[in-house]
Amino acid sequence: MNFFTAVGRTTLELLKEIGRLSIFTADAVSSFVRPPIYWSLVLKQMMRIGFFSLPVVGLTAFFTGAVLALQIYIGTARYGAEQFVPTVVLIGILRELGPVIAGLMVAGRVSAAIAAELGTMRVTEQIDALTTLATRPVKYLVVPRLMAALVSMPLLVAVADAIGVMGGYVAATNNLGFTGSIYLNTTMNDLNSHDVMSGLIKAVVFGFLIALMGAYNGFHSKGGAQGVGAATTNAVVSASILILVANYILTNIFNMLNF
Amino acid sequence: MESAASVPENNGAKIVIKGVKKRFGPKVVLDGLDLAVPKGQSLVIIGGSGTGKSVTIKCVLGILKPDAGQILVDGEDTAKLRGNARDAYLRKFGMLFQGAALFDSMTVWENVAFGLIQGRGVGRKKARDIAFEKLTKVGLAADVGGLYPSELSGGMQKRVGLARAIAADPEIIFFDEPTTGLDPIMSDVINNLIVDTVRGTGTTTLSITHDLVSARKIADRIAMLYKGKIIWEGPTAEIDHSGNPYVDQFIHGRAEGPIKMEVKA
Repeated sequence: MNFFTAVGRTTLELLKEIGRLSIFTADAVSSFVRPPIYWSLVLKQMMRIGFFSLPVVGLTAFFTGAVLALQIYIGTARYGAEQFVPTVVLIGILRELGPVIAGLMVAGRVSAAIAAELGTMRVTEQIDALTTLATRPVKYLVVPRLMAALVSMPLLVAVADAIGVMGGYVAATNNLGFTGSIYLNTTMNDLNSHDVMSGLIKAVVFGFLIALMGAYNGFHSKGGAQGVGAATTNAVVSASILILVANYILTNIFNMLNF
Repeated sequence: MESAASVPENNGAKIVIKGVKKRFGPKVVLDGLDLAVPKGQSLVIIGGSGTGKSVTIKCVLGILKPDAGQILVDGEDTAKLRGNARDAYLRKFGMLFQGAALFDSMTVWENVAFGLIQGRGVGRKKARDIAFEKLTKVGLAADVGGLYPSELSGGMQKRVGLARAIAADPEIIFFDEPTTGLDPIMSDVINNLIVDTVRGTGTTTLSITHDLVSARKIADRIAMLYKGKIIWEGPTAEIDHSGNPYVDQFIHGRAEGPIKMEVKA
């Protein structure tokens, strides 16, 4: 009997959570097109979400690209197909690793920051204070962050793509004996707008998930310091998992569409 | 304190709360709350911790939705308000929060001016002038305006919170535990400020506190909340002769009496 109670309670909690998240998302997205939009806050959040994530995203992209070249070399060399290293690195970075690595790093940095900030505002009643000052909290706090993430993530991923490919180039020329000009030529010849676009579309989706998870968890945090801590953890974990799940689904869709 | 207030009639009341119920999971917080706040008067709700005082205010503001019952402000049912009508409704209110709830990312004057700039579309320069005028009114020097809330003491934060609550000259002001956490002298300063800034302006105020000294000072009428219901309501002067054993126990702060402390929530 206890077992069924537990299963039932968990199911109900899960459904409640999904319902709450859906309402929250609908509220936030529909606020995109209803004035007022706080443009100055959007710009400020773009600085925080996009610009200040550049170092961490750039560094991770560089080393991911480099290690990707080294590993692909091991695989391709078995069949004497080393000349495909630049192409596979390019596709791997543009389609998968650029957006996923950037997404996970930004999830760690930005989801956590948003959840902690909004969570603290919630438990110190600053969000209620907004309401009493005739300002809608979702419009003032959530919409600017969502918008900024939607715009910033593709830009970040474009940078991550370039740096990741450069990482592959550096590893290939330094450690694998590739000639720089040949590597670059192959890369440029195989550069394809579909590969770039599919990565950037993923970036937009990931950006949305990152800001949404941060805002949702922060907005609904309870209790004091412990509640804010839990909200921050939940934000990062749920954003990371959703990014990986969404990535799988999107890759499947792109494959089906031959994109 | 003067007790000129007469028994409120519902048609003259600014806020009418009728049979409001609210529960969180199994815990019943409000259990058919009835209360009327007369226009232009100061009503203070007293009651122990966890009796639903804050929930009452949050229901009036629409931050929480009551499970049952009705809340009328100026005769208008607040449950049906959506979108712009709700924005307009919220412009009637100002609120001083228990922990001041100042925005820590903004300076003091930006906090005070926030409701004017964001909520009411007042120009930044004009809002700044009003903010400094209100800061003077609560006894803060102009140089405080440029500081951040974290640089202020608790009492000063409360003053800024008060300045923010009155910045837009709202029709209704809520005070949530205005003196909690302050020393007795600072409490009295805040009480005086509340009386000075509100009396004579025609503002309707609803306060919640468990500080009887504060209640006696700022209230025209006092209502006592116990187990989600108003168990006594009357003019401030009559609180000592309420004839209600619950009220007597509360105002004299006795551990023994009909009110049993619920240790378990």
